[in-house]
Amino acid sequence: MTFETPHQDQQTVMIPPPEGDRVIDVHGLDFFYGKTQALFGVQLPVARNKVTALIGPSGCGKSTLLRTMNRIYDLYPGQSASGTIQFDGENILDQAKNSEQLRARIGMVFQRPTPFPMSIYDNIAFGVRLHRSVGRAEMDEIVERSLVRAALWDEVKDKLTTSGLGLSGGQQQRLCVARGIAINPDVLLLDEPASALDPLSTAKLESTLMELKSSITIVIVTHNLQQAARISDYTGFMLLGKMIEFRPSSDAFVSPETKQMQDYITGRFG
Amino acid sequence: MSKPHDTFLHTRRKIYNGVFLVLTGIATAIALAALFLILETLVVKGVAGLDAHVFTMSQPAPDEQGGLLNAIVGSLVMCGLGMVIALVVGILAGTWLAEYGDGTKLAAVVRFLNDILISAPSILIGLFVYQLLVRPFHGFSAVAGGVALALLAMPVATRATEDIMRLQPYALREAGMALGANRGLVIRAIIWRASKSGLMTGALLSFARISGETAPLLFTSLGNPFLSFKLTQPMAALPTTIFQFAMSAYDDWQRLAWAGALLIAVAVLTTNILGRVLTRGSTQK
Repeated sequence: MTFETPHQDQQTVMIPPPEGDRVIDVHGLDFFYGKTQALFGVQLPVARNKVTALIGPSGCGKSTLLRTMNRIYDLYPGQSASGTIQFDGENILDQAKNSEQLRARIGMVFQRPTPFPMSIYDNIAFGVRLHRSVGRAEMDEIVERSLVRAALWDEVKDKLTTSGLGLSGGQQQRLCVARGIAINPDVLLLDEPASALDPLSTAKLESTLMELKSSITIVIVTHNLQQAARISDYTGFMLLGKMIEFRPSSDAFVSPETKQMQDYITGRFG
Repeated sequence: MSKPHDTFLHTRRKIYNGVFLVLTGIATAIALAALFLILETLVVKGVAGLDAHVFTMSQPAPDEQGGLLNAIVGSLVMCGLGMVIALVVGILAGTWLAEYGDGTKLAAVVRFLNDILISAPSILIGLFVYQLLVRPFHGFSAVAGGVALALLAMPVATRATEDIMRLQPYALREAGMALGANRGLVIRAIIWRASKSGLMTGALLSFARISGETAPLLFTSLGNPFLSFKLTQPMAALPTTIFQFAMSAYDDWQRLAWAGALLIAVAVLTTNILGRVLTRGSTQK
């Protein structure tokens, strides 16, 4: 499906997943940092229980797009978004919606590991306690299950009461993943989660994500094209605040249609 | 090989360098000598005045046996009262400045006034509290003393709180919010906890700031020759007692004044060292 977007003369290529498979559907999204517009009529269909990768050069708006999906930009008074982000039949951007409940269903992992200054156990229990009261035995179970799914359990099971700050960077990032999945979100947003990690930790994180996608929808922003090709099912290429090309990853890196994406993945810019 | 004018330049620079080095060395020596002389006098005379009675007996009449118990207790009570008020207000105000007021005009004004308050002469604070709490209630009191000390410590605590909370990365706040926590909970459960050692240091620094203050207490708690725990009555404090005893003509009282000065110096030194150790603990992983 090829069509012209209304306010630009450049071609946009969209090969989206079937409508019934989408868990999040972004349409006509504009985003503003104060008066500066950062996103222009962006669309992004996110397929359920798949990995969707967002790629593009620095400053193209992929992190901004990610940050609209759990409305974390709400924290900053000058930032605003318009358009629609359909999730579970409702528009996320509707200001009347409770952003705290939204964030319980759409979790996020950041570029730098952000363990809380508390024990490994409490790092995970913190989020769980926010949304329901849980007994000690059940909490033990949730903590163990989350750490197992984040592939961190074997490394930390004997030191759950020690500070999360004492872990290595890669372990901290997997702790953040465990913390995010402990509250059973439908979607997990990851903003360049491996950019501060060494190759071995990156590999571990990637295999964790592959395991997770059977039950969680993942949207990941990455600068690493190999990583996008390795782990994603769909890839969106963005440039200057616009979605240029969106298609299944199986052919995105082999036969991109737009010149811009060809240039980017062959390393001609970005 | 160097040309003649090069050698001349180099020689001149070497001389300048040497002169500069000597000057800085002399200045350092003067500063250190002054510090050493003060400490030496304080320790020698203070230790001579120290005995068991200092901690067990209250202020003596001239030429009788006595100690500083009333002053030590009074200092602890009023500093304690001042610290409680200052920490509650200072930490909350600093939190507002760092988290909620950030970027607003009001915050800029508050920050500016707070910085002025940090360097306000303590005697002004004493006079202010005298007008506020002593005159209307017709009497000096420990409460007034505590409030005066609180007003001195509060801006220090506010500033320290804001500074340390600003050091916490924004990603940490976002991470808390991304789990569905609200702003207040993120601040209380995550940011305050991450700032814990810094907040402790701020508290200790503000304690060090007020523990030796004399002027504000002269106008508020006045002093009391007897051991007293009544907050509505005048109360002794180490600095006011030192002031009174050091000006007196009695040798005993002067010896006690030295002992009291040593006690304050040791207390300030201890809190400063504690503060440094805690800060170091927070910067290392």
